[in-house]
Amino acid sequence: MSGIPHDHYEPKTGFEKWLHSRLPIVGLVYDTIMIPTPKNLNWMWIWGIVLAFCLVLQIITGIVLAMHYTPHVDLAFASVEHIMRDVNGGYMLRYLHANGASLFFIAVYIHIFRGLYYGSYKAPREVTWIIGMLIYLAMMATAFMGYVLPWGQMSFWGATVITGLFGAIPFIGESIQAWLLGGPAVDNATLNRFFSLHYLLPFVLAALVAIHIWAFHTTGNSNPAGVEVRRGSKEEAEKDTLPFWPYFVIKDLFALAIVLLIFFAVVGFMPNYLGEPDNYIEANPLATPAHIVPEWYFLPFYAILRAFTADVWVVQLANWVSFGIIDAKFFGVIAMFGAIAVMFLVPWLDTSSTRSGRFRPMFKWWYMLLVIDFLVLMWGGSRPTTGIYPIISLIASAYWFAYFLVILPLLGVIEKPTTPPATIEDDFNAHYGNH
Amino acid sequence: MFKKLAITAVTALTLSVGGVAASEKIHTESVDFSFEGPFGTYDQNQLQRGLQVYTEVCSACHGLKFVPIRTLGDEGGPNLPDDQVRAYAKQFDIYDPEKDEDVPRKPTDHFPTSADPNAPDLSLMAKARKGYEGPYGTGMNQLFRGIGGPEHIVSILNGYTGEEKEEAGTTYYENHAFPGGWISMPPPLYGEDVEFADGSSNELEKEAIDVAAFLMWTAEPKMMDRKKSGFIAVILLTMLSVLLYATNKRLWAPVKKRAKEETSGES
Repeated sequence: MSGIPHDHYEPKTGFEKWLHSRLPIVGLVYDTIMIPTPKNLNWMWIWGIVLAFCLVLQIITGIVLAMHYTPHVDLAFASVEHIMRDVNGGYMLRYLHANGASLFFIAVYIHIFRGLYYGSYKAPREVTWIIGMLIYLAMMATAFMGYVLPWGQMSFWGATVITGLFGAIPFIGESIQAWLLGGPAVDNATLNRFFSLHYLLPFVLAALVAIHIWAFHTTGNSNPAGVEVRRGSKEEAEKDTLPFWPYFVIKDLFALAIVLLIFFAVVGFMPNYLGEPDNYIEANPLATPAHIVPEWYFLPFYAILRAFTADVWVVQLANWVSFGIIDAKFFGVIAMFGAIAVMFLVPWLDTSSTRSGRFRPMFKWWYMLLVIDFLVLMWGGSRPTTGIYPIISLIASAYWFAYFLVILPLLGVIEKPTTPPATIEDDFNAHYGNH
Repeated sequence: MFKKLAITAVTALTLSVGGVAASEKIHTESVDFSFEGPFGTYDQNQLQRGLQVYTEVCSACHGLKFVPIRTLGDEGGPNLPDDQVRAYAKQFDIYDPEKDEDVPRKPTDHFPTSADPNAPDLSLMAKARKGYEGPYGTGMNQLFRGIGGPEHIVSILNGYTGEEKEEAGTTYYENHAFPGGWISMPPPLYGEDVEFADGSSNELEKEAIDVAAFLMWTAEPKMMDRKKSGFIAVILLTMLSVLLYATNKRLWAPVKKRAKEETSGES
């Protein structure tokens, strides 16, 4: 599969040859596991394994939870309490599943920001990046629908607010919203289809993950130095790489064990810290909570959604240009989806020919600012829409777009990058050698 | 990465210590409950006292519809003997559709729903409220003080000022622990509302703390099991981490040694 020259599986015994000529499955597994991997990968390259673990954890705990859960507006909340009180180990399954979603998103955000810093999205890895963004979108859809299932107050009102976004689309919005909900408002039909899709999407995710891995096994991994593995001969390639097994499997498993140590401490000792207390109140369509707040992992985009109010000049301009079709609400929806869309486009927005941020002196600072910006947006999304908060969110939203649409294209032109090492071997030796 | 984690932790610490006093809108009393922290456990006697306060006072209006009565006998809970659980269940009636009449409850039945339709069910109340949310709404002080549900319950029970007002036919009672400052629940406890068999103090503050602890148990009945599982997981994963660290170190040693050898001539 890989473009990097390496040893392939050779069937030896009679049975192996017999199977290999009919189904080369052992060879496929061998080539996948033994893939030559750049030996200079640092600890930021461990999150892929953490993410793979999360997907498996969520599917296994989720399937067992589904055996005890009832998707009906009158029974859903009680069935979750039944899981918490009567099902053997049910409380553990549910807390693992709920906090597993948080671990999934922590890992995916670090994974994405690692890619943004080291230029992992640049040619020839654009397809890997885009598949990755599709995975992220599918994750958000799955998490959102999963959060509706316990049928607490935040489940209900979160679903009402988020599906309401589609209602903001001019002309066809209300029809789309009714189609998504299966009726005029969030009700039993909504809960049933969300349950069905929440069960389906993880398997779509698993397929996308397979394609994601296939794509970067074709191009080879990116790496912190941002230079490619030498492919002239097998000997040359072996100076830059080590086989995935055992070198990176053991390294990744060590990192995973540390991450799980923290994860299980959270599940065991503070499983509700990341949750919203309001979701322990059964959904009540007649009582709106004082603050409707999504889960923490949606907050940055929720902040962008709410930042563009009717008094912002770009909103007024868009309103005027579009003869009033684009109002503040629809503008917010466009901004929110746009904030994710610019991430899809980053392989073409970044004009710098230097891949790794390590060798880009100006980029480093703008990137750091983006990380801070993301955290500010996350905080802004959790705050009420009064006082100084909308302005902070607006400035932070503006920077998010400026980074992708203005700063990255410009930096490639004006920045003078420093010289990266000639080879991965040089980078590795510079780190571990006698210098 | 670990460096970054450490920085985040330190920042969180500074922020929360700085902001604790500044950002709370409602008043929440800090209570040292026995079940706080990773080592905390429920105090059986306290849960039994809390059950008594609930039964003699709160249950007049509030239900516990998600709580099976049999769990009163659970080891991680009030741990009542079987006969007491059965006797306790009998005092509440339940409608039997086959006999078409009310019959006494069995331990396998749940506690009744709220007798007053306006009184919220209390099964999950201790998890459905937060006492702390600072600094600046980040909720990070909950890392050190807990989410504050039971503290919020104690604060409500102690928070009445004695002022009343009437609006649109409803009487509201001033309570500085309640968001908005006015609550429609009349003061339920005044002190000396119950006589504890174990001779514990029945001052208002003590009763409030006991019933809040009981409601934490009804909200999170498996807490002690959960913490135990957490400990086992943390210990096993610590051992696994150490083993994997050593394996990884040994695995990479020849590779790093070669890097040293290859560069020793250059510098």
